[in-house]
Amino acid sequence: MEPRLTLADCLRHHLRLTGTHVGCEHGVCGACTVIVDGAAVRSCLMLAVQAEGAEVVTVEGLSNDADLTPLQKAFRRHHALQCGFCTPGMITTAHALLSEEPDCDAARVREVLSGNLCRCTGYIPIVEAVLDARAAYQPKGRDRSGDCA
Amino acid sequence: MRTVNSLIGSPIERLEDLRFLRGRGQYVDDLARKDMLHAAILRSSVAHGRIRSIAVAAARALPGVHSVITAKDIGNRVPRVPMRLQPLPDFEPFGQPVIAETKVRYVGEAIAVVLAETAAIAEDALGLIEVEIEPLPAVADRRASAQDASLLFEDKGTNLAIKFRAVRGDAAAAFADAPYVRRESFRTQRHMALPLEPRGLLAEWDAARGRLTLSGGAKVLFFNRRTLAKQMGLPESAIEIVENDVGGGFGARGEFYPEDFLIPFAARHTGRPVKWTEDRREHLMCVNHAREAECDVEIACKRDGTILALRGHAYVDVGAYMRTNGAVGARNVAQFMSGPYRIPHIDVDVALQLTNKTPVGTYRGPGRFETDFFRERLLDMVAQDLGLDRVEFRRRNLVSQREMPYQIATITPFESKDEFDSGDYQTTLDRCLDEIKWTEKSKLAGKLIDGRYHGLALGCFIEGGAAGPKESARIVLEPDGLYSVYVGSSAIGQGLETAFAQIAADALEVTIDRIRGVFHGSTSYVADGYGAYHSRSVVMGGSAMLDAAKNLREAIRAQAAQRLGCQPSEVEIVEGSKAVGPGGKSIALNGLSSEGISAEGAFLNKKHTYTYGTHAAHVAVDAKLGHVELVDYVVVEDCGRIINPLTVHGQAIGSVVQGLGGAMMEHLVYDQEGQLLTGSLADYLIPTASDFPNIRAIVMGDHPSPINPLGAKGAGEGGIIAAGGVMANAVANALSAFGAQPRELPLTPTRVWELAQAPRK
Repeated sequence: MEPRLTLADCLRHHLRLTGTHVGCEHGVCGACTVIVDGAAVRSCLMLAVQAEGAEVVTVEGLSNDADLTPLQKAFRRHHALQCGFCTPGMITTAHALLSEEPDCDAARVREVLSGNLCRCTGYIPIVEAVLDARAAYQPKGRDRSGDCA
Repeated sequence: MRTVNSLIGSPIERLEDLRFLRGRGQYVDDLARKDMLHAAILRSSVAHGRIRSIAVAAARALPGVHSVITAKDIGNRVPRVPMRLQPLPDFEPFGQPVIAETKVRYVGEAIAVVLAETAAIAEDALGLIEVEIEPLPAVADRRASAQDASLLFEDKGTNLAIKFRAVRGDAAAAFADAPYVRRESFRTQRHMALPLEPRGLLAEWDAARGRLTLSGGAKVLFFNRRTLAKQMGLPESAIEIVENDVGGGFGARGEFYPEDFLIPFAARHTGRPVKWTEDRREHLMCVNHAREAECDVEIACKRDGTILALRGHAYVDVGAYMRTNGAVGARNVAQFMSGPYRIPHIDVDVALQLTNKTPVGTYRGPGRFETDFFRERLLDMVAQDLGLDRVEFRRRNLVSQREMPYQIATITPFESKDEFDSGDYQTTLDRCLDEIKWTEKSKLAGKLIDGRYHGLALGCFIEGGAAGPKESARIVLEPDGLYSVYVGSSAIGQGLETAFAQIAADALEVTIDRIRGVFHGSTSYVADGYGAYHSRSVVMGGSAMLDAAKNLREAIRAQAAQRLGCQPSEVEIVEGSKAVGPGGKSIALNGLSSEGISAEGAFLNKKHTYTYGTHAAHVAVDAKLGHVELVDYVVVEDCGRIINPLTVHGQAIGSVVQGLGGAMMEHLVYDQEGQLLTGSLADYLIPTASDFPNIRAIVMGDHPSPINPLGAKGAGEGGIIAAGGVMANAVANALSAFGAQPRELPLTPTRVWELAQAPRK
């Protein structure tokens, strides 16, 4: 693996995990957000070699064939996506936030999501969806298998 | 519970979401082919100059580089990007060569294409190409353009591409007798659609069969195929353009760009699949810009506020070339300056001036956003002059329901007469005032509360839709009894599959799960398609689908009649799953034909639909910082018969936020040398989740369009159109103590601060 290969390009073109999207390659749009050792990071600003030994979770890792997860269902219910290009980054960012702060309020959701650009929805339905999904991240309702996204 | 004929009008959750939410959408850059080459494009760093030499030997010699293509490799005459809309002969001399030949005319123009084994090597090689360009004086704005001192096309002798003129009645006579006249100048800034997914293409040439497959198409696949076939000397039938999932369009994506020739050419040239994905800097430099318009306008009114006439001149900076839909925004500035208002006499012309900047094209609400800013600002100024209430002034002049269809100004050349189809413009105005609590909030207007000045404003708009001439659809009853729907419309992220599944299921009288899929992404699915622009997909594609469904039901009845030994007219299709003949004899549709039964449909249309509505905003302005907080924003629109309230509402909100971006922050800044200074998303600012949290949209469907069988109207652009004018009027209202009159967008903190520098009254 070339040292200059970004984590985003590695995921997309070497591992063929194309759910992670690349929208700007300079860390502004957030479409490439993945979860590295629990933290939401821009995979376009990180080299693949830096991820050696780390646990990387992409949108594929937060999905399953059987059903949409509660977070995904909330996105669908609130029409929080149109073209779908920013969506994987929104899902990973929101999952990282809700995993750490399941009681976050609207202002906090907006603050955290302000690092992810969406050109279609105007953000309002995305914020509503994330707030709506909080219940699934409450410790008591939490599925012990970790499949709570 | 009724299970069929109930989908249209229901907030069905989108079918597309199931793949998008799991990261399983397939966008063009997600594709890969064995033995694929990667393209990178060397672009001009000079805005205007003559090419002296291009030295590619060092780039060619870099290990991993397959080849480098320049104009010399293309052939005798480098193809031009054609005009798709308003294809007047006047524009031909200003067409863009798909790769620079002798001159460069904007920063970002393609000079050479490198093909290499990896994208990284291709990009490395760009730095090894030496280009010598003799700089010429850059034409940086429309005023310099009009002087014709430096010419983009020397043999034309002018930088004026064309003038359009919109006329209704006799404006000169009306002004001669007018008791009140006001003249003003306004300006909107260059900005752009900026879909979140960058453009990309993957071209595959099958030399044995002489066939080309191009993935990454969007919006207007069939026009692009026609163009490409001509340019490559291939029959149309030898080319398939495939649309993958598309990460936003907004008018810009999918038009025929130079790369739409260069990448297929490279695939044929090398005999290998070629993929190209632009980066964001390229996107900002190369994808159609929009909205850079100015005007000097005059309005004539009676003292009671009846508008008599509107006249003036507008100027649009169209950039370096006229390509595909580059004239639409400018013509709309002239034709729609009157908006939804009854203005009997109009005479507005618009000059399309070439400059050394990126060429322009349509961006959601093209020309309408600009001209709504001009007009709504002007109306507030007039109301102030005449001592009229802003609402009542507008109410008095809105086109009324009994005047429908209402003829608007005719534009020439490429003469276009047009009329509003239907609606009650007062209703959306009233509803908007109620929703924002206008009467109550009016008390806050101009008041200083906790260090901020409060302002309130409103504006009315119309949104055109349903461009003709035609759309095609085909529905197939599959051997398994499910239905496949094919359509010539394109999906650009707007939820087309869901809306079309709803329309098809209702027309076939089946539940939505009986629709196997809505297939829209290929030039192979229907004979001819027209795509997604001018808010046309639902009206045109949806109406074509109704026709296809009717024809399919007839075909099913005919086939069932043979099997049942009766006349087709005696056959009834029950729940889309069985055909019942006389005496209750029936046959299941899944057993009817081993090949399936297919029927085509079409919708032909020359008229336009007009969605309409009102926006209102409440702002709080910090005069010391120039910061504008959006306290509340309401858009109320009526878009005829609603197919899916969930998606139409979502598009209204998203459209407003894009409009607020254009009103408050987005600006493609050029210096006097024609250098783009906003080449990243750190410089070109678009709204984020924390900017505008308080927006409400109410979408009504009370006045169906009479011009199509669905009764639908184009939707999705109404939210953006009035945003600039309304925000500027709200800031003017808030800062009325300073006599603030914004005449230019965007309303950045600096500009708002400047507006508050006059001594307070």
